[in-house]
Amino acid sequence: MLSRLPAGALKNVSSTLGARSTVAANVARNGLRVRHASTKSSASSAFESFLNSRATLAGATVAAVGSVAWYAHLYGSLPFIGEVHANSPAEEGLHSPSYPWSHKGLLDTFDHASIRRGYQVYREVCAACHSLDRIAWRNMVGVSHTADEAKAMAEEVEYEDGPNDQGEMFQRPGKLADYMPPPYPNEEAARAGNGGALPPDLSLIVKARHGGPDYIYALLTGYCDPPAGFEIRDGMNYNPYFPGNAISMARVLFDGLVEYDDGTPATTSQMAKDVVTFLNWASEPEHDERKKIGLKAVILFSALTAISLYVKRHKWSYIKSRKIVYTPPTDLKKH
Amino acid sequence: MRLLKKQVLLRFINSYVVDSPQPANISYLWNFGSLLATCLGLQILTGIFLAMHYIPNVDLAFTSVEHIMRDVNNGWAVRYTHANVASFFFIFVYAHIARGLYYGSYKSPRVLVWAIGVIILVVMMATAFLGYVLPYGQMSLWGATVITNLLSAIPFFGQDLVELIWGGYSWNNATLNRFFSLHYLLPFLLAALAIAHLILLHTHGSNNPNGIGSTTDRYSMHPYFTFKDLVTIFLFFLVLSIIVFYYPNLMGHSDNYIPANPMQTPASIVPEWYLLPFYAILRSIPNKLLGVIAMFGSLLILLILPLTDVSRIRGSTFRPFMKLAFWFFVVDFIILTWIGSQHPNTPFVEIGQIATAFYFLWFLVIVPVLGLAENTLMDIATE
Repeated sequence: MLSRLPAGALKNVSSTLGARSTVAANVARNGLRVRHASTKSSASSAFESFLNSRATLAGATVAAVGSVAWYAHLYGSLPFIGEVHANSPAEEGLHSPSYPWSHKGLLDTFDHASIRRGYQVYREVCAACHSLDRIAWRNMVGVSHTADEAKAMAEEVEYEDGPNDQGEMFQRPGKLADYMPPPYPNEEAARAGNGGALPPDLSLIVKARHGGPDYIYALLTGYCDPPAGFEIRDGMNYNPYFPGNAISMARVLFDGLVEYDDGTPATTSQMAKDVVTFLNWASEPEHDERKKIGLKAVILFSALTAISLYVKRHKWSYIKSRKIVYTPPTDLKKH
Repeated sequence: MRLLKKQVLLRFINSYVVDSPQPANISYLWNFGSLLATCLGLQILTGIFLAMHYIPNVDLAFTSVEHIMRDVNNGWAVRYTHANVASFFFIFVYAHIARGLYYGSYKSPRVLVWAIGVIILVVMMATAFLGYVLPYGQMSLWGATVITNLLSAIPFFGQDLVELIWGGYSWNNATLNRFFSLHYLLPFLLAALAIAHLILLHTHGSNNPNGIGSTTDRYSMHPYFTFKDLVTIFLFFLVLSIIVFYYPNLMGHSDNYIPANPMQTPASIVPEWYLLPFYAILRSIPNKLLGVIAMFGSLLILLILPLTDVSRIRGSTFRPFMKLAFWFFVVDFIILTWIGSQHPNTPFVEIGQIATAFYFLWFLVIVPVLGLAENTLMDIATE
């Protein structure tokens, strides 16, 4: 790829550079002949040709790289340097497993029934502490709820509006254009209600955490007793997936906590899966459309790449098939 | 005579992208120039549309970006494209520079082309850094705080300079506003520099893999090289589409989806991936001022290559030891990228220091010594 020149190119160049004398060219030519001779005179020529073959080279490389890859796959770390950790797992939190999300594949959309169930979990459980500032009621129309359902849900919430003709603020029922109401009026109130910790806004939580949906799911379902010797402050909870392992949020999801409209059994893992799918939608509402346009873009540009390759080959065909002839000067003295 | 060759402006275009003679033997590694021009065009185009919706205000910047992502028609596609093309811009510019290093494109008579190229690289990095600040997430704010604070290491007037850049005694709204203004300005400066790069290149034409003159074997830009460039441009669009539509946040940092909070420092502050090698060099030097000098020096040291590469042969095609040295340099650059993304603890600091030392030694010792050795051996061989 880097240069399509044959192995003899070096020889040729040295002969051009040393055009004044033919010494360099002779040296190179002799060197080549010597190497051929030694290869042939060897007693174990079959073994040598085996060692010199490209297949052996490729095989040895594949074996070396493959065994490193196999080791890394088996033990989850590189050989020899795998033990080096500047950051302990406790500092960064346990790496979350990879879960088989229904929207994970390149052509997969969100499971919209799951988004709807997940909204129910958010509304009945998470919304007690966590806001969802960037999601308006209108965003849910056609995604998880019908327009009428979304309108009805919005109307259950009173919003302050105004000022009216008299210059006074007034309360009115919510509209589709209103955003989800926050549980606390301001950050200070949120901290006061949660022992000094601020429950983060969830609108972007899946994109704002390393590991995305896998991390949120692992965190929600990963609460357990701290290992022996792990000191945990009062009011904090142990969670191996949280960086530092001590999190202010307690475990919130327990089996049967909500009753799903569609009759799905509300186990802890089911609720965690649904709410993470919902939050993933909240972070990436363009997700389904994005993947659809993505496939169109791949079709378009792979076709254009293929066509342009054909055109390029066509245009270049006569250059690629040209013949270069070097006629050496017959009279060297004149040269 | 055709209008293309008669009209003043069209004649200029004709001489650059239609009739311009190119060496017949340049490989696909010579396609990065047109890819970089495509990137710059894409960035300016998407950037103009983003600027129509973006609000450079510390309270509204993050929200306005989310407004683009959620409410503006196809705004997410425009923003993801802008963010990811920035990454490809750097992939291509590093490949373009690597090509130049391997084939000795910096050597006379193309020294000025190379020098303008280094200036383009520095301006590009400044532009990318300014742009990363604009979404105003946690990494935007804290990355910008770290980088602007670097200038305070300059003796005598460093602190005054930082306050001049901030437009206040700390990071504030005026800073974000001017960063937006400069981020809009610099791409046009880049475009002008790129044209200067082209004009200078045009004087002697492109280098080629053999490193020897190609005047006897050249073909016109159109149709041969325009169609060759088109292949990689469409291939780039294909890869870009896969990233933008399927892995849009692959090359970003999750912390930048947390709104900037001056009261809370993130666990680790890292720049965008393409600045990591230079960030690693900065952190490898224990002294702040020397670290800053080393960081800027690591870019500007590219300028001395035409002087330190004393070999009589241009390029590495016929120089096996230079090939080896080149790949060592590439590996060193990758190691520095990795070190820049790690916490500054043992053993990363030590690895980073060795890699930094190698980086500078490569330019100052390895390249000149190899050239001298080759020249000497050739003199001996040709008596």
